[in-house]
Amino acid sequence: MNMENIRPGDLEWRCQKCGGNLEPAMVTVEYLGNEFTTELPRCPRCGLVMISESLALGKMAEVEQILEDK
Amino acid sequence: MDQKQLRELESRCIEENPPWCAAACPLHVDARALCGRVAGGDWVGAWKVLLRTMPLPGVLGRICDAPCRERCKRGQAGEAIAINQLERACVMHATPARPRAILPARRERAAVLGSGLAGLTAAWDLVRKGFQVTLHEPDATLAAGLQERYAKQVPPEVFAAELALLTGSGVRVELNAPLYEDNFLERCLAEGGAVFLSLDALDPEPWPLERDTKGRIAVPSPAQTTARKGVFAGGLEHGDSPVWQAAQGRWGATSIDRYLQGVSPTAGREKDGPYETRLFTSLEGVEPLPMVPVGPEGYDDATAAQEAGRCLQCHCLECVKVCPYLESFGAYPKKYAREIYNNQSIVMGARQANKLINSCSLCGLCEAVCPEDFPMQTLCLATRQEMVTKGKMPPSAHEFALLDMEFSLGERFRLARHQPEHQTSARLFFPGCQLAASAPGQVRRVYQHLCTSLPGGVGLMLACCGAPAHWAGQEAKSREVVQDWLKDWRGLGSPQVIMACSSCRDIFRTYLPEVEQVFLWEMLRETGLEIEQAPGAPLAIHDPCTTRHDPQAQATMRAVLGEAGVELEELRLGRELTECCGYGGLMANANPELAKEVITRRGGQSPRDFLAYCAVCRDRLAAVGKRALHALDLYFPEPGSDDPAARPSPGWSERRENRARLKDELLRDLWKEEPPAMEAHREIALLITPEVAGLLEQRRILIDDLQRVIHHAERSGDKLTHPDSGHFLASFRPYKATFWVEYSPAQDGFQVHNAYSHRMTIKAGGRP
Ligand code: SF4
Ligand code: SF4
Ligand code: SF4
Ligand SMILES: [Zn+2]
Repeated sequence: MNMENIRPGDLEWRCQKCGGNLEPAMVTVEYLGNEFTTELPRCPRCGLVMISESLALGKMAEVEQILEDK
Repeated sequence: MDQKQLRELESRCIEENPPWCAAACPLHVDARALCGRVAGGDWVGAWKVLLRTMPLPGVLGRICDAPCRERCKRGQAGEAIAINQLERACVMHATPARPRAILPARRERAAVLGSGLAGLTAAWDLVRKGFQVTLHEPDATLAAGLQERYAKQVPPEVFAAELALLTGSGVRVELNAPLYEDNFLERCLAEGGAVFLSLDALDPEPWPLERDTKGRIAVPSPAQTTARKGVFAGGLEHGDSPVWQAAQGRWGATSIDRYLQGVSPTAGREKDGPYETRLFTSLEGVEPLPMVPVGPEGYDDATAAQEAGRCLQCHCLECVKVCPYLESFGAYPKKYAREIYNNQSIVMGARQANKLINSCSLCGLCEAVCPEDFPMQTLCLATRQEMVTKGKMPPSAHEFALLDMEFSLGERFRLARHQPEHQTSARLFFPGCQLAASAPGQVRRVYQHLCTSLPGGVGLMLACCGAPAHWAGQEAKSREVVQDWLKDWRGLGSPQVIMACSSCRDIFRTYLPEVEQVFLWEMLRETGLEIEQAPGAPLAIHDPCTTRHDPQAQATMRAVLGEAGVELEELRLGRELTECCGYGGLMANANPELAKEVITRRGGQSPRDFLAYCAVCRDRLAAVGKRALHALDLYFPEPGSDDPAARPSPGWSERRENRARLKDELLRDLWKEEPPAMEAHREIALLITPEVAGLLEQRRILIDDLQRVIHHAERSGDKLTHPDSGHFLASFRPYKATFWVEYSPAQDGFQVHNAYSHRMTIKAGGRP
């Protein structure tokens, strides 16, 4: 699953705890036993990951639907 | 539902049965399709329809005697369609290029003796089946008798063209053949193959074949066999009917094919000739119309189109006409049954019918209008149950409604008590979950009214009947819900149950027939309740779909309201034909857009204010801007509300809040008990603009979900911040969905700017 997920604005968010900017990183996501590795914005220190609105409601929702109907 | 049951169900839908015209035509010409093309001015299309079934269409199309007309459905509303005149008008147009649909040549031979319509049709069909066909004609010209007989209708050049097609496709013609010489038949048979006698063009005498009592060659139809093996015949029955002659030639060709392949000539031929169709076509609302007059020249294009336009285009589709769900998937139950069957047999790949299966409201209107009682709701529900058992139900399909049900079954709403200061209950009020969600004040006022007017104590139970689990196909869950209910009820001494909701009543009839129930409105009629002020104008009464098989409830409502002087208008689809509001069967969960269309259409059936007696029906009407009252609004008006028909539908969060508050207040005020303590996250105050509220509603995100996210973020510090806006963004996963909230601190709480959710989880390489 290539989610083309990171938009420039996404990386403007900062981790509140660590104070640093988010950076693209390879993250594995899972649904109904299916795993995909994809690039997502993440805090390089504590690992907190961000999933944006456009990703959640766009590509992610689409893939969820496909997997549910499999 | 196993394969056999599915097949049985599928066969019940008669939509694919042919119209009367095609079933009655000995050649099964599709006059419905023909009329459709002619009415639309599509003459090439019309020609193609004829070419599919009609032999020598240039000839037959001009002379057919149309025995089909007698059965044409239009005949029951005016006059039958002039099908043969339309055929004639069609073949007056230039013939389109004819595709050569001839099967690969075979070695078997067939001899056709005589060129009547039977013989010509037999040759026409046999050559298309790939046989080596020889047509033996005793005269010096082919089809001389026919040409003479139909000289007025069929110009010689048309005859010539059709016969040229016959020879062009490979039929060998032997003119001046010595047919009546001894042994001609034997010689043909000796060459191998089979023989067809066109008795409509031959001297019937000389043939050495068995005769019937009238001395005619015995030829049973449609096998067209004679007593001699390999000899077939036709063309004599039904007087001089050209279409019957042609049909017998066709059946003879089929029999010859079967004979040479060693297949029985009689098996499975019930539908070769005219037969009874099982199709149903409603004539409701069909204006009777006479035939468009026709002169000796026949119709011209315009009058033909006009006549064809009278065709009813016979179909059934009774269910599709009344059900937007069936309509929206573009077909009809027979097809859907097949799609569902395929869906259930898929091992790998996409199950494309999931949405079809989950969108039905299970309202049963289809079965009520279907001439064959096809129950789409049974098919969809049984399939859902199977999907759940096999773990193939898409998790998101019904989750929101099931969580709502859990809420009603949980501590924040569930309640079972005797009337205050009573140790026993003669009766029990069970309002159901959605009346409390919609109008908690009414539940309270009704309960107090029942307590003061009925002796022996009226207990109260707040819970859900489990209908959502039933609709979702979660059989085990729905049984568990009713069993729990039963325990509480027994704990109160098994009193008679006063029910306000028709869906609860329906569930109880199915799962708990042992529980004695009475409809709230029957009770209210006994307690002698009055309306302060009847509405000034009639109200359009909307029966909930779960009263479809409960005529008594429908009658009670009308009686109660009638006695109170409320004028009612009946909708076209009411009582046993009432329509679902789009909530039933969890349609609104699986297919919100469709559910919205359903209720919008329903609301459009009358300009009057609607009167519902199910809280969900009322709210769904209100949600699409239709003015609607609940019957209780007339008897137990909300203090201070002067226009209850305009009351908006509470949103998802409010529906929960209403239930929880009702329980809290009743506990405090009636039973003098402290309600359960509030969970910490619920103390978080949120500021939500109407725009954001609309978004939450559409995305089905609850205030409670937002509070959990913010509670978690503020406690753990796991949140993101945006340097420009200063907003926070955080997520939390309270159940099978992860919620994200963008928010900022505000006075005494938080302002919510956005929220969304997804179902995937982060597995590795980061943390939520
Ligand atoms: S009304 Fe039309 S479709 Fe129906 S039977 Fe007559 S010709 Fe056929
Ligand atoms: S929504 Fe109602 S009428 Fe339509 S198919 Fe389902 S049960 Fe039948
Ligand atoms: S009403 Fe619907 S299900 Fe019944 S026969 Fe007609 S098309 Fe088929
Ligand atoms: Zn961090």
